Amino acid sequence: MSARVMAENQPESFKFRAEFLERAHRIIAKYPSSRQASAVIPLLDLAQRQEGWVSRAAMEHVGEMLDMASIRVMEVATFYTMFKLAPAGRNHLQVCTSLSCWLRGSNDVVKACKEKLGIGFGEVTPDGAFSMEEVECAGACVNAPVVAVGDDYYEDVDYASTGKLIEALRRGEKLPNHGSVTGRDGSAPAGDKTSLTDDPTIKIPKQDLAAAKAAFEKAKADAAAKAAAPPPPPPKPANPAP
Amino acid sequence: MLADKDRIFTNLYGRHDWRLAGARARGDWDGTKELMDMGQDWIIDEMKRSGLRGRGGAGFPTGLKWSFMPKVESERPHYLVVNADEGEPGTCKDRDMLRYDPHKLIEGCLLASFAMRAHACYIYIRGEFYNEASNLQVAIDEAYDAGLIGNNSCGSGWKFDLYLHRGAGAYICGEETALIESLEGRKGQPRLKPPFPAGVGLYGCPTTVNNVESIAVAPTILRRGASWFQSFGRPNNAGTKVFCISGNVNRPCNVEDAMSIPLKELIEKHCGGVRGGWDNLQAVIPGGASVPVLPKSICDTVLMDFDALRDVKSGLGTAAVMVMDKSVDVVAAISRLSTFYQHESCGQCTPCREGTGWLARVMKRMVKGEANLSEIDTLEQVTYQIEGHTICALGDAAAWPVQGLIRHFRPELERRIREYRDAKTRDKAAA
Amino acid sequence: MPKLTIDGIQVEVPANTTILQAAESVGVEIPRFCYHDRLSIAGNCRMCLVDVEKSPKPVASCAMPVNEGMVVHTKSDRANKARGGVMEFLLINHPLDCPICDQGGECDLQDQAMAYGFDRGRFAENKRAVKDKYMGPLVATYMTRCIHCTRCVRFATEVAGVPELGALGRGEDMEITTYLEGALSSELSGNVVDLCPVGALTSKPYAFSARPWELRKTESIDVMDAVGTNIRVDARGREVMRVLPRIHEDVNEEWLADKSRHACDGLAYQRLDRPYVRRNGKLAAVTWDEAFDAIAVKLRGAVGSRIAAIAGDLMDAESMMALKDLMTGLGSQNTDCRQDGAAVDPKTRASYLFNSTIAGIEQADVILIVGSDVRREAPVLNARIRKRSLRSGLTVAVIGADTQLTYKTENLGASADILAKIADGSHPFAEKLKNAKKPMIIVGMAALARADGGAILSAARQVADSCGLVKDGWNGFNVLHTAAGRVGGLDVGFAPGEGGKDTRGILDAAGKGELDVVFLLGADEIDTAKLGRAFVVYQGHHGDRGAHRADVILPGAAYTEKDGTYVNTEGRVQEAYRAVFPPGDAREDWTIFRALSAVLGKTLPYDNLKQLRARMVKANPVFASADKITAAPWKSFGTSGAVVATPFDYPVKNYYMTDPISRASRTMAQCTEEFVLGTKQKTGTHG
Repeated sequence: MSARVMAENQPESFKFRAEFLERAHRIIAKYPSSRQASAVIPLLDLAQRQEGWVSRAAMEHVGEMLDMASIRVMEVATFYTMFKLAPAGRNHLQVCTSLSCWLRGSNDVVKACKEKLGIGFGEVTPDGAFSMEEVECAGACVNAPVVAVGDDYYEDVDYASTGKLIEALRRGEKLPNHGSVTGRDGSAPAGDKTSLTDDPTIKIPKQDLAAAKAAFEKAKADAAAKAAAPPPPPPKPANPAP
Repeated sequence: MLADKDRIFTNLYGRHDWRLAGARARGDWDGTKELMDMGQDWIIDEMKRSGLRGRGGAGFPTGLKWSFMPKVESERPHYLVVNADEGEPGTCKDRDMLRYDPHKLIEGCLLASFAMRAHACYIYIRGEFYNEASNLQVAIDEAYDAGLIGNNSCGSGWKFDLYLHRGAGAYICGEETALIESLEGRKGQPRLKPPFPAGVGLYGCPTTVNNVESIAVAPTILRRGASWFQSFGRPNNAGTKVFCISGNVNRPCNVEDAMSIPLKELIEKHCGGVRGGWDNLQAVIPGGASVPVLPKSICDTVLMDFDALRDVKSGLGTAAVMVMDKSVDVVAAISRLSTFYQHESCGQCTPCREGTGWLARVMKRMVKGEANLSEIDTLEQVTYQIEGHTICALGDAAAWPVQGLIRHFRPELERRIREYRDAKTRDKAAA
Repeated sequence: MPKLTIDGIQVEVPANTTILQAAESVGVEIPRFCYHDRLSIAGNCRMCLVDVEKSPKPVASCAMPVNEGMVVHTKSDRANKARGGVMEFLLINHPLDCPICDQGGECDLQDQAMAYGFDRGRFAENKRAVKDKYMGPLVATYMTRCIHCTRCVRFATEVAGVPELGALGRGEDMEITTYLEGALSSELSGNVVDLCPVGALTSKPYAFSARPWELRKTESIDVMDAVGTNIRVDARGREVMRVLPRIHEDVNEEWLADKSRHACDGLAYQRLDRPYVRRNGKLAAVTWDEAFDAIAVKLRGAVGSRIAAIAGDLMDAESMMALKDLMTGLGSQNTDCRQDGAAVDPKTRASYLFNSTIAGIEQADVILIVGSDVRREAPVLNARIRKRSLRSGLTVAVIGADTQLTYKTENLGASADILAKIADGSHPFAEKLKNAKKPMIIVGMAALARADGGAILSAARQVADSCGLVKDGWNGFNVLHTAAGRVGGLDVGFAPGEGGKDTRGILDAAGKGELDVVFLLGADEIDTAKLGRAFVVYQGHHGDRGAHRADVILPGAAYTEKDGTYVNTEGRVQEAYRAVFPPGDAREDWTIFRALSAVLGKTLPYDNLKQLRARMVKANPVFASADKITAAPWKSFGTSGAVVATPFDYPVKNYYMTDPISRASRTMAQCTEEFVLGTKQKTGTHG
């Protein structure tokens, strides 16, 4: 399922541009010294943000930066599905078809994408403007179906709204804010509120810490006393069966 | 139904300011130092008494898990790792906490780390949650700038560093040891246990991995008291819980409510009911893709908690309720999940690597009925050959949905097989 | 120590023992594919699942440590069912092509399937097909058969120290490959074939040439380096089909270097299978009598001091003993087994042994390598240093050019005089050696075989003394030889006698016309042009450099063709057995000298191998005890002189061709192209 093929045409070399390099060093600093390999996923992600995909040269470069063997970096790059091993379109669409999205019509969303773009999953339009990919659960299930454009989730989409999104992208328009295209507040139920109607800044009652501390200390002392007490006498042996 | 004053995640829907000022107004970071002054032992004891069970799916008591960490610091530092690799199909609760209530999580990270004597914590967030990670990073920076975390967290003298680490697309990294492997820069392949992370975890050091929700509820539990939290839900199933209800309901949503709420009430009260009415209900997967599906007859009465769902041979899992009405092809739905597990198997151990592919392929045929009747039994046996034989729980998770399907919908499978066979016979006769 | 019960047997084992190990200790065999006791535990195949009472699930016995009071059942219904399930999973995507698979007959999967497999398949889908990967000239791949046990990946990473193998992708699409499908650039790569429990990785040179049950298996000792790797020679008829390692914990564990494994096809080419005499400048085939007569004519009335003999690197101790005795009979003291002129002291055993022993490497905490490319001169010994390096607390420093050893090293410089500075304490590394608990110095042939080798030996000795390398039952002074026959030769006294000439002296004298007859016993690594007009008798098995210069050729036996004794670099006496007969008229070497001695009227006093070996014990008692290490007394050695400040020149330029056998091997020629010349084009699936 996840057998992903590396691009035939590979660039000769890879280098982080200055601003990416600076970010890379900040990322590496998050991990203890000698544990810099921890930064491999974030650095591959940076490389992908710079180039649009992860080339072999990028893998090798990241490996050198982190003192990792190239094969180890390649293992990582081929394991995680967000790494693109071949160039994708300028607008990369990810359609979730997992169960919650499927129950609410992701088939229509897929249909809209295929019709509007004229390509299938894993393909790039001839002009390089679009590519699309089927993804497993995107984790926005109560706002299903979901389609992601780059980093941004568009939620509660259907055939028509997906088509509109694509058209807007094609015209180079600024997309609406990401999130629900039907205007829901996050994951709240559409329509009337069923919860969280109160003012959230109302002071909530807090427990009495001093009393809690005292109770805790007493329980501890009781337990210690019990442990120090002589063990109860062994139970009398049961009468042997006649 | 739970009252708003007892809801922990008061900005679940992002209607209010998620940044520090807004969070403080909603009571976050209120008296954190005083809680720390109560001492590590008290915090862990309070968490134990609260009855909080891990919100990531397995339901292991959180306080007990914290107590497994060594009681003294050694040259091997302790780590808290927060599992924000939310990817269980149907589940999207952590996402809301990450983007709309990040300070609850950050405060929880500080308190939990302090309790477990960890000076560093990594939050491992799934790579796809880019905007969520951006919010969280802003909140972390705010917390540092305000002195809430850092060299002298909240003025307590406790040095605490919090780092955000983004994943890159692998469901398996939600398994705690796979997550640690991934965080160390390798493929997310689960480790053998023992040794357990509390002994040998991140970088070989004592580590506790907790779900976002388990950590994010901790500050409120400590502030309001274990007995407050304990007062919701049935014994052994305490607290409030964020439920994700998706699928064929009128108004899918995330909602925080009390544990042990009846499934029917949950759906009717918060989601506007099943599409076409309760009687149009066919089946529910009550706890994320990994737990067995339940037919309507059970859904009528079942309570949403660990024990009640276990008793009907399913599970609370992540409390992600996926609702299917009568228009749904339930075999295709489960087949979709089998495909998911085939896609997400890390490939390390034999039963899962080979078994998930086998299940997915047979399930695809079952959707059409292109099988022999005896293959239903074979399919079921294969699930039992996977279950309990793998390194991590992904094998079990792949097996259970299929087992649930066969348990409750065997007649449907048999019907399709017969119809397919009859159609073939007719075609042959016609030819 | 925890006590537990396994299949009703009570057993007490040290804490941290795994269930699988505990079971083995009481003779309960648990099936496994991924587990290998010399690799890290992966626990991925799940074949070793056992039933543990009170455990809700079967547990992987390879990874689970024992607990007090554990009750384990390895053959219960639950255990058998679990394994049967795993076996079915392994087989659903495994091609059942045993009849055309090279692993057939020695396949773990095949064997276990007999025990746990079903009699029919229930998998109705298409089987997975995986593209084969190029891994170099030695390892053939049939990746569809791979069961993803990752033994090969762990071996390459952990033992070979070349992280080039990995598993790409995930799930059922995970595929094992080398990076960019390059050849696995390890001198130990052939071991992955032994480790592979199925027919995914098989031996490329041996492909489809024999079935295991057709082969006659003979225990032997490898001669391609001085490690003394224990091997098994598999032969069919008169042909050596393959060479495999045997387990010897203190020598090679269970590894075998690639040249030692794969040069065996060289045994079939370029062989000297009959005697020759040079007539009118051309070598003519003759009978043994004619050859002996030609020698006798030359030796008639020759003065002992004008006769000399040099023994080569692959020689067994028996041959050298016989030749030494013959030379003594002829009145010659001009004998040497050090073709390269290594300046060890033949009279002091400690000066030419790897005194710490190979297993002792595992205790070392500081190692100073002087003039040795350990990786190419002794790959298996290098793996031992690598093994030690995987634990913490080891410092390795090198004097000499960097050669990509498989562990972290600190380079002190390329020039030999750094050693002198450590010896006189003016170099900071001296302190490190002094502070070490078990320090070692490893002196290689690049250091000892130069003109100032004697001075370097002295300096190394001085380091040993001044930095406390020899103390409390530990001798950290080590010479790493490259020649399998070297220590045996020195032990039988195949060195210059009183007033006799060494190799350098023999070549000088021959060049000046001061020698009449020179015997070359398998000596092919000398500059034969320097032999001048001397009458050269070459005895050996390959038509290599020595034979080309010879006036008489006596066809001898290769190491697989004779019973012989070899002494490895640590001084371990080991016996090899004849696997096949020498080709044509060729004979076991010592018998040739015995026959020649009779023709010359200097009859050697032994008529059989037993008598010859008794003679060897008399010459040196070490030969009395096979496979034992006796610590060599720490006596004085070394010569005075200045160490010249020039870089070391490692003797092994091309690992794959160092002796007449490997130079005749086509497999080694392919390896040379692939790894040394880099001329081989990537083939097949490389893309």
